[in-house]
Amino acid sequence: MTAYLLKRLIIAALTLVLASMVVFAVMEVLPGDPARLMLGLNAGADQVELLRNQMGLNAPLLLRYLHWAGGLLSLDFGRSYTYSVPVIDLVRERIAVSLPLALIALALSTIIAIPVGVFSASRQGQAGDTLAMGAAQLGVAVPNFWFALMLIYLFAVWLRLVPAGGFPGWGAGAWTALKSLILPAVALALPQAAILGRVARSALVEVLNEDYIRTARAKGLPYRAVLWRHALRNAMIPVLTILGLQFAFLLAGTIIIENVFYLPGLGRLIFQAITQRDLIVVESIVMLLVAAVILINLLVDFSYAIVDPRLRGRQ
Amino acid sequence: MSLLEIENLSLTIGATPILKGVELTVAPGEVVGLVGESGSGKSMTALTIMQLLPHLARAEGRVTFDGIDILGATEDQMCALRGDDIGMVFQEPMTALNPVKTIGEQVAEGIRWHTKTSRAEAEDRARKILDRVGLPEAKFPLSRYPHELSGGQRQRVVIAIACALKPKLLIADEPTTALDVVLQAQILDLLRDLVRENRMGLLLISHDLAVVTEMADRLTILRHGEVTEAGDTARTLSEQQHPYTRELALASMHVPARPKPHLAGSARPLLEVEGVGRDYPGRRTSLFRPAQPIRAVDNVSLTIEPAQSVALVGRSGCGKSTLARMILALDKPTAGTIRFRGEAITGKAEAELKPARRDMQVVFQDPYGSFDPRQKVQRLVAEPLHLLEKQPAQAERREMVAHALHEVGLGPRDMDKYPHEFSGGQRQRLSIARAIITRPKLVVADEPVSALDVSIRAQILDLFAELNQKLGIAYLFITHDLTVARAMADEVLVMHEGKIVERGRTADVLDHPRSEAARALVAAAPDLHRAIARRIQEQG
Repeated sequence: MTAYLLKRLIIAALTLVLASMVVFAVMEVLPGDPARLMLGLNAGADQVELLRNQMGLNAPLLLRYLHWAGGLLSLDFGRSYTYSVPVIDLVRERIAVSLPLALIALALSTIIAIPVGVFSASRQGQAGDTLAMGAAQLGVAVPNFWFALMLIYLFAVWLRLVPAGGFPGWGAGAWTALKSLILPAVALALPQAAILGRVARSALVEVLNEDYIRTARAKGLPYRAVLWRHALRNAMIPVLTILGLQFAFLLAGTIIIENVFYLPGLGRLIFQAITQRDLIVVESIVMLLVAAVILINLLVDFSYAIVDPRLRGRQ
Repeated sequence: MSLLEIENLSLTIGATPILKGVELTVAPGEVVGLVGESGSGKSMTALTIMQLLPHLARAEGRVTFDGIDILGATEDQMCALRGDDIGMVFQEPMTALNPVKTIGEQVAEGIRWHTKTSRAEAEDRARKILDRVGLPEAKFPLSRYPHELSGGQRQRVVIAIACALKPKLLIADEPTTALDVVLQAQILDLLRDLVRENRMGLLLISHDLAVVTEMADRLTILRHGEVTEAGDTARTLSEQQHPYTRELALASMHVPARPKPHLAGSARPLLEVEGVGRDYPGRRTSLFRPAQPIRAVDNVSLTIEPAQSVALVGRSGCGKSTLARMILALDKPTAGTIRFRGEAITGKAEAELKPARRDMQVVFQDPYGSFDPRQKVQRLVAEPLHLLEKQPAQAERREMVAHALHEVGLGPRDMDKYPHEFSGGQRQRLSIARAIITRPKLVVADEPVSALDVSIRAQILDLFAELNQKLGIAYLFITHDLTVARAMADEVLVMHEGKIVERGRTADVLDHPRSEAARALVAAAPDLHRAIARRIQEQG
């Protein structure tokens, strides 16, 4: 067990280091000199050079990487070129929106997907299954921003249950803040749930054909009990895998959804930073997102070991 | 009164008739054998009794268990019967247990479900039944997972699940087919004891006439969904009134004719294996200590002469398949050398192995798994031709494939078919055609007939014998089935825990085994003659 977890941990750490190198390298080769950008078009060459020296942009590549990477580890992400504040302050403010949003969406997609998968798998080939999988197909095909617009129209404009966009801040009370996250979370979760539901169904259908399901039936357990007690846990392994892989898409989705709902989250921050060529902010947020994806996948690896005793080895 | 009565049972799945007018009874304490070849409807009969049939299946007739009309019973009634009054054991122990639950949970689950006892009490009873089936607490605590057990141990767990509540009827569907003979004998003994202890009725389903004869008081023979003959085991098998019964009995004891026996010491060895060993990395017990390697094959030496047929027998896990893989240069030995036609093949690069590969081919156990389902027979059988020095032209290729197919008893028209269009036996013919197309000197056959029905098996054995006589091919048969060795081999090698423990002429080894491992194999191997003789004595 420990050997397995340790191995996963080391792989995750190595992935993170490798990703940081890639992110750094990509930022290096992108056109656009941040010093020139900060000083404006009218600045003289010597002024730019001076700023470049101040910002450490003229130091050797390796040194700059190490400086940057070392900064990341101590949560010193540098200063934003456009806002002239430490990036960490920007991030801290925005993550208070994006993190709850992503987590609610993740939870929501799982809560929807698994019952749908169970429902469909236990009615394989029947009308209910066809209907649910048809809906899931629709969910996979329709882009989330369109979902978002429909949700806004239905729940905000028409029913007036929740705000159409914006974020009042957690200071306005947990419920008020949460209310403005409901629609974006649903819009993010639905396409995820559609994919996950299909995976859950096919995994369950496969497991239900296994010999040990027949053994469980021969024990006298009714079909439902067999489904929940024996099949579901075995079907969780592919579901968890997809859940981990989908998390990256969920994060990418937040960039669009936060823009649609006008939420002051990381997604909008990175979007603005890109248009403003605020490379240091872009770098930092990309690294943060990469770290989040790696962390989730590490958790997925750990949960494999909980679900599947074969990975734990002999106790 | 009978415990189980099946009267005029017919079953269809969709529009396909599966069973036609099946009659069968099992009395308390009685062992009834249900014998038939694959597709005869044995398993479907069992699943009808359990009411675990596939979706589109429709059963008609009468099935009564202990006075309850099974075909008319509701699902709730069936749930109450299954696992409580009727237990069932399945063929494949490796997949019959849920991999994510402990054996304790899986045995206790049925007990809790039916008796509504507390968890502690159910676990207590689970412990007792596991002890009973030969899995003592010291080595097999309830917290063990299935993957920590071997096939035979897992089958004991399945039997424990089925017998935990002392059912009135146990249905065992090929319970020992996936196990080696020694384990088979142990499991059969266990089933026999459980029948005696609890006056349980046992419906034993098997394709193996010898196993059923050893076990059953009465037997029913099924063919294409119909009962061809039923009656007392001794009388049915000694009189063999129905031609199909005779056919089955003859096929299961079939020894192919080989008019030209091999004369040992007549030629330079074709294959020489010298001191070969193979280690696998073991499981690490600590982060800081290197893992202890597992020795799968240990200092093995053997020779095979041209046209000689040698059987390598041993229990599952004894290392015989690993040894075969090394002889075929599919795996590298960690020690020793293997010479083929006087040339060392160990440590050679793949390109240098081409001539050796040409003269050494393989036939695997599973004719279903050893073909790409999306390729036509012509391509599949022609596969080894890339080993030839000169690549034959398209027309010549077809000619060679047609010839190889002819030699194994198939027609040239079969060339353009796909593997799924053939039966199991025909597919094994295809794999033999693939093996002989390059005119090899040696064919390694890994359990080549153990997935086949007895009548097909007899035909395939005949084919092997014929090719040996006609083409002078030497064989290495890898098998746990001593009847194959007896039928086909000039010499027998007995392997045990990675070592060759005995070698000699087939009759000598099988009739007078000297090593303990060989004695255990011979004693455990079911033998139809012996079994019938004993039955006749018992049943008069």
